[in-house]
Amino acid sequence: MKYMLMICRDESVALTPEQGADMGRSTDAWIGEMERRGVRLLGQRLRPVADATTVRVRDGETLVADGPFAETKEQIGGFDLIECADLDDAIEVAAAHPVARYGTIEVRPFWEEG
Amino acid sequence: MTPDPGGAVAEAFRQEWGRVVAALIGMTGNWDLAEECAQEAFAQALKTWPRDGVPRRPGAWLTTVARNRAMDRLRRGAAEAAKLREAAVLAPIDEPADDDESGIRDDRLRLMFTCCHPALPLEARVALTLRTLAGLTTAEIARAFLIPEPTMAKRLVRAKHKIRDAGIPYRVPPAHLLSERTAGVLAVLYLLFNEGYAASGGADLVRRSLCAEAVRLARALAQLMPDEPEALGLLALMLLHDARRSARVDDAGDLVTLEDQDRSRWERSEIGEGAAVLEAALRRGRPGPYQLQAAIAACHATAPTAAETDWAQIALLYGRLARLMPSPVVELNRAVAVAMADGPAAGLELVAAIEASGDLSGYYLVPATRADLLRRLGSWAEAAASYRTARDLAATDAERRYLDRRLAEASGHAEAVGQEEAAGLDGAAGLAEASGHAEAAGPDGAAGKDEAPGPSPAQ
Repeated sequence: MKYMLMICRDESVALTPEQGADMGRSTDAWIGEMERRGVRLLGQRLRPVADATTVRVRDGETLVADGPFAETKEQIGGFDLIECADLDDAIEVAAAHPVARYGTIEVRPFWEEG
Repeated sequence: MTPDPGGAVAEAFRQEWGRVVAALIGMTGNWDLAEECAQEAFAQALKTWPRDGVPRRPGAWLTTVARNRAMDRLRRGAAEAAKLREAAVLAPIDEPADDDESGIRDDRLRLMFTCCHPALPLEARVALTLRTLAGLTTAEIARAFLIPEPTMAKRLVRAKHKIRDAGIPYRVPPAHLLSERTAGVLAVLYLLFNEGYAASGGADLVRRSLCAEAVRLARALAQLMPDEPEALGLLALMLLHDARRSARVDDAGDLVTLEDQDRSRWERSEIGEGAAVLEAALRRGRPGPYQLQAAIAACHATAPTAAETDWAQIALLYGRLARLMPSPVVELNRAVAVAMADGPAAGLELVAAIEASGDLSGYYLVPATRADLLRRLGSWAEAAASYRTARDLAATDAERRYLDRRLAEASGHAEAVGQEEAAGLDGAAGLAEASGHAEAAGPDGAAGKDEAPGPSPAQ
């Protein structure tokens, strides 16, 4: 099954340079392991919500606004598409992600047709 | 032929429903189909058993009928709508599985773990367990949890969809997950028991039947996981509580404290079984929260009179429980036990520490316990004040009625003491009485509603 991991964390909490470096190393290690296992199909870190744009079309008019569409404490800072046998495997992969230790990983199954 | 085939079907339903559904889910991977075909198999039994007699192995008979129905439906479905994926799932049916003596593989453990998967909301875990393993109808489950039937139906449908769509595996978890997932299953069964145990009075009959279902499921789990002492511990805990159930409530529906309960109404055979199951669990040498709580319940259940209760042992067990599973509710119970063993003053010290921590602020049992200890010290006016606080925090009518009675008593004494003191008399009557509040709360208390296995504030 395919799942998207939404890597969420509180952007306003800044990491110290050491924490940032450690996070980079841990994330690289996680990516390396999950690619070696053939679990991770694709993934990308995202620019912060300050660089986000919200688009809506209402009554034929395109409404463009800045920022995220909802006020939440944690924001999506990246995503990974993974392929696993089942949810327990996906949970294990998510739990191994470094951000899981201080942020939240939302595990969403793909909407498979048929 | 059995003289009462209708009764035999009812008995088979209680005994075999979960097994039939579990086997069908294992074969088809389709939860709705499994339930429907199991239902049809029991309907078939109602028709043919009175005519042909009860089969030698009712469970195997029912599973075979249900399986044949499922295969028919899937073949028809595959032919009509080319549902090849489901047809492919049929393949394992003919493979020899690790059958037990009945010839039918017992998939109930897989079903339990899947129903209690942590990715499902807690209330869905409970409902799904009752539906698929215990065979309660959606209407019965809705009544037991006091919610409208369509809401319960939706809850069950959503849970089944999530199992399918999110890929929750139908299996007993692998070794590295087994211990935490087992704790989750035990917690659901204990919550189920507590829902039934907290119910009182005739109007709550449906809810009280939850106790019987919980005991049945715990018994099955203990059989299926013979190496898990906590499963035995949970079964023992349930049996020891259940044995005292009819004595907990008087004819008016009011709660009777442990001390005041008529011990001749306790079910001796259930206490005996609970104690034996507990002993078997403790022999494994791996104590856990349920075993310790069962040991505490056993201390109460085996005391010939309230006065002969081994409070020192109970205080010790609560101490061990608190180390294993730190919880303010456990601390509160330890305070009560210490008060009984070493005197109310020692208990009041522990209650004061709990109050200072603020962990249980707003929980009526804290002021109620304080009030009880003060009452036993003869500090009637202070006791009355604490009873009043407790009364305002109490959640159920039965709790309020109980506290009202205590409050009236304490207020009466406080007044009398005031008059006697004026006359130069000592009013401290020093009633040596067990605090029964924890019992008044039922075995769940505040913690039973949590996801974690709830420590029992009851004795």
